[in-house]
Amino acid sequence: MIETIRFRLNGKPTTLRIEGDRKLLWVLRTDLGLTGTKFGCGENLCGACTVIVDREPVRSCQLPVNEVRGKEVITIEGLEKDGKLHPLQEKFAEHGALQCGFCTPGMIMNAYGLLLKNPKPTRDQIISAMDDNLCRCGCHKRIIRAIEGASAQM
Amino acid sequence: MKQRQYKVMDQHRPGNTLSLGRRDFIKLVGGGIVVLFHAGDTAFLEAQGRGGYPTDFNAYLRIGEDGRVTVYTGKVELGQDVVTSLAQMAADELDVSLESIDMVMGDTDLCPYDMGTFGSMSIRFFGPALRSAAAEARATLVQLAAARLSTPADRLSVEDGVVFAASDKSRRVTYGQLAKGRKITRTLEGKAATKPVSRFAVMGKPAKRRDARLKVTGRAQYAGDIRLPGMLYARILRPPAHGATAKQIDTSGAEKIPGVTVVREEDLVAVLHTDPEAAEKALETIKTEFDLPKAAVDEETVFDYLVKAAPPAQETERKGDLAQGEKTAADVFEARYVNGYGAHATIETHTAAAKVEGGRVTVWTSTQTPFPNRQEVAQALGFAPENVHIITPFVGGGFGGKSSSGRQAVEAARLAKAVGKPVQVCWSRAEEFFYDTFRPAAVVTIKSGIDSAARICLWDYRVYFAGSRSAEQFYDVANNLIRVYGQWRGETTKAHPFGVGPWRAPGANINVFARESQIDIMAAKAKADPLEFRLNNTSDKRMRSVLQAVADRFGWKKAPAPSGRGYGIACAIDAGTYVAQIAEASVDKSSGSAKIKRIVCAQEMGIVINPEGAQMQIEGCITMGLGYTLAEDVRFKGGQILTKNFDDYDVPRFSWLPEIETILVKNDELTPQGGGEPAIVPVGAAVANAIFDATGARLFRMPMTPERVRQSIRSI
Ligand code: FES
Ligand code: FES
Repeated sequence: MIETIRFRLNGKPTTLRIEGDRKLLWVLRTDLGLTGTKFGCGENLCGACTVIVDREPVRSCQLPVNEVRGKEVITIEGLEKDGKLHPLQEKFAEHGALQCGFCTPGMIMNAYGLLLKNPKPTRDQIISAMDDNLCRCGCHKRIIRAIEGASAQM
Repeated sequence: MKQRQYKVMDQHRPGNTLSLGRRDFIKLVGGGIVVLFHAGDTAFLEAQGRGGYPTDFNAYLRIGEDGRVTVYTGKVELGQDVVTSLAQMAADELDVSLESIDMVMGDTDLCPYDMGTFGSMSIRFFGPALRSAAAEARATLVQLAAARLSTPADRLSVEDGVVFAASDKSRRVTYGQLAKGRKITRTLEGKAATKPVSRFAVMGKPAKRRDARLKVTGRAQYAGDIRLPGMLYARILRPPAHGATAKQIDTSGAEKIPGVTVVREEDLVAVLHTDPEAAEKALETIKTEFDLPKAAVDEETVFDYLVKAAPPAQETERKGDLAQGEKTAADVFEARYVNGYGAHATIETHTAAAKVEGGRVTVWTSTQTPFPNRQEVAQALGFAPENVHIITPFVGGGFGGKSSSGRQAVEAARLAKAVGKPVQVCWSRAEEFFYDTFRPAAVVTIKSGIDSAARICLWDYRVYFAGSRSAEQFYDVANNLIRVYGQWRGETTKAHPFGVGPWRAPGANINVFARESQIDIMAAKAKADPLEFRLNNTSDKRMRSVLQAVADRFGWKKAPAPSGRGYGIACAIDAGTYVAQIAEASVDKSSGSAKIKRIVCAQEMGIVINPEGAQMQIEGCITMGLGYTLAEDVRFKGGQILTKNFDDYDVPRFSWLPEIETILVKNDELTPQGGGEPAIVPVGAAVANAIFDATGARLFRMPMTPERVRQSIRSI
């Protein structure tokens, strides 16, 4: 059923006329052209599609778009402000916390969600918050360091 | 060095048939100074069975009129960061900053033919040629500057792309000014010397990834991020098993859905829509009946099956006499080691977008092998290869999984041609597991022996379906025979019920798991410390130095295994690089679950171009290695792949992560060796040996799942 859905996307009011049960991931990637959010598994198992909805990290491959009605959605494209990288983005680059880069947007958004709730996480808290985000290139060690670095800076 | 002169290229010589003609190149690259070069050890590549490599040139670099340097190569960036390390080489030899180098990679219209990116070869084989080409470009520029500044070339210096008189810095000219209005093309003659290590300014220094900013902002484009006007997303009907044949396919349901386009060709049935989810729903309406072949094997029976199905042996090494070795032996050991099928499981699934326009097709695809893909697409569409343009955007991981076939590129191109609109094909995770070319299941049997002085005197090694990579003997064994029954590629792979192919360091992981486990078994029987046993049995200097380095850093204290401490050591040679690792494990004896607490790795890889990149690769290898070692096992029944997603294929996670320490052992005497694979190779054996040291239980099968570890502990 076509519905009108209003929400804020990366700080901007957004209105969609759309089938409400379509998944946010594909709406972002196709209708809205925001391809930074990635498809990796489609079943809540990899975290490549992680975005923030009302300050919570969410798997957008599982989320019907009508559930973001009235909410605040942030994607990887929304982190950079006026050409200035978010500390997480900066630290990921600085620590080389990426190789192929395909998991990176999901990693950063999931870490962003963690730091919103817990700005000074311990290493164990980082590991448990990040554990369901998969990285096949094996950047885990550097990702942890990058998150710690960003947390220290924020 | 051979004395050879620059040779201005003969513009009328026909270009090689597999790439653009030379004249097209000259037109394409425009003005400036161009050096054409050939990279790669042709003999090595031919030996790998990948002929057709042009002997002429397969890469070039250009100094543009703006002074920027562009390197054109068919290699691709998969995450291994060659985009940085190759640029470092060019920058250093040219005396320009790293920032002034642009890399154009994996584009079949812009780059000359290259077979692909695999086998830790980019730096090893491509690097030296690139450096020579950059050195020649610099020499050419200095000669031009000599004329311009009326100063002999040997009195000129170069800094950051500016040539100046050593005596008077104000007499200067930039590379850009020198290239302006010129059209000079050279083929690499190897006349200009490359820099000795002592003069490295950019190479050998850690360099940050050059693609990081694009990747942390989500702006890096992968094949699935290509958006073309009017593009349709395709979902393709797949058989339930390899070898299944369709009896009936009814697409009438899908045809009735508004907006859905159905394509039915003999072997390609697809539904397309502007919304990928709508295409997915349409796919679900297709009714099918398939005939399934009888499943001959599963993950338990496959090893015996493979040994029976094996082709005749190829001897790769023979020394002394096995019978003599057995006579000398005080103890003889026989064991069989096995490993199931492994998936590449890159987070990016195989994806391609294609458009057909004016008799040409352009395909953006996630691949390690753009040029072979061009051939496949050309053949499938009946186009001439020059009318196929393959563009490789960023690739979301490869590990060998995106080098075997261009299936998704062919699918996208065929569908785009069929519907007359751009089409994107993005495989689901289940399709990815179904069409992955797995690391083949493999078997190694070893009969070995030690004499009364704990010296290895017998080594009778047989490997089935994994080839001999990293099986080469570096222990001093008087009676040594290595036999290979089938490779991980080529004809013999037909024995497998589905596709197999290269997987990061193909074949090496099982070979090293087997050898280094066997070495530990012998050391334990001799009540010898595992490190000391190895050192006593090899005189290979490079191996001794990495063993010593890793032991020093780890703080290795001598003790025969099992010592209860959970320390395991393993070493290997791979892609010209020497590597030794020590793992520390703790094992929960009741559940069998092994936690790897620490892995120290010493690697000697000749000259290190980018220490930062090298370390990143080592860490990646170790982390990924824990997957094949502890958990990853594809489940299947004949041609049916039961593993469909990550809930049934456990790849390493944050919570698995050990402390990882890396040491790069210096060896500036040797040209750079492989870096993307070697450190994954010893992980299985280091962990198996650590589990043995912790528990006294010896594991002969990977992955060493908790269940298998528990059983092994019980059977002590
Ligand atoms: S794509 Fe959403 S969790 Fe993997
Ligand atoms: S960087 Fe490649 S999957 Fe994480």
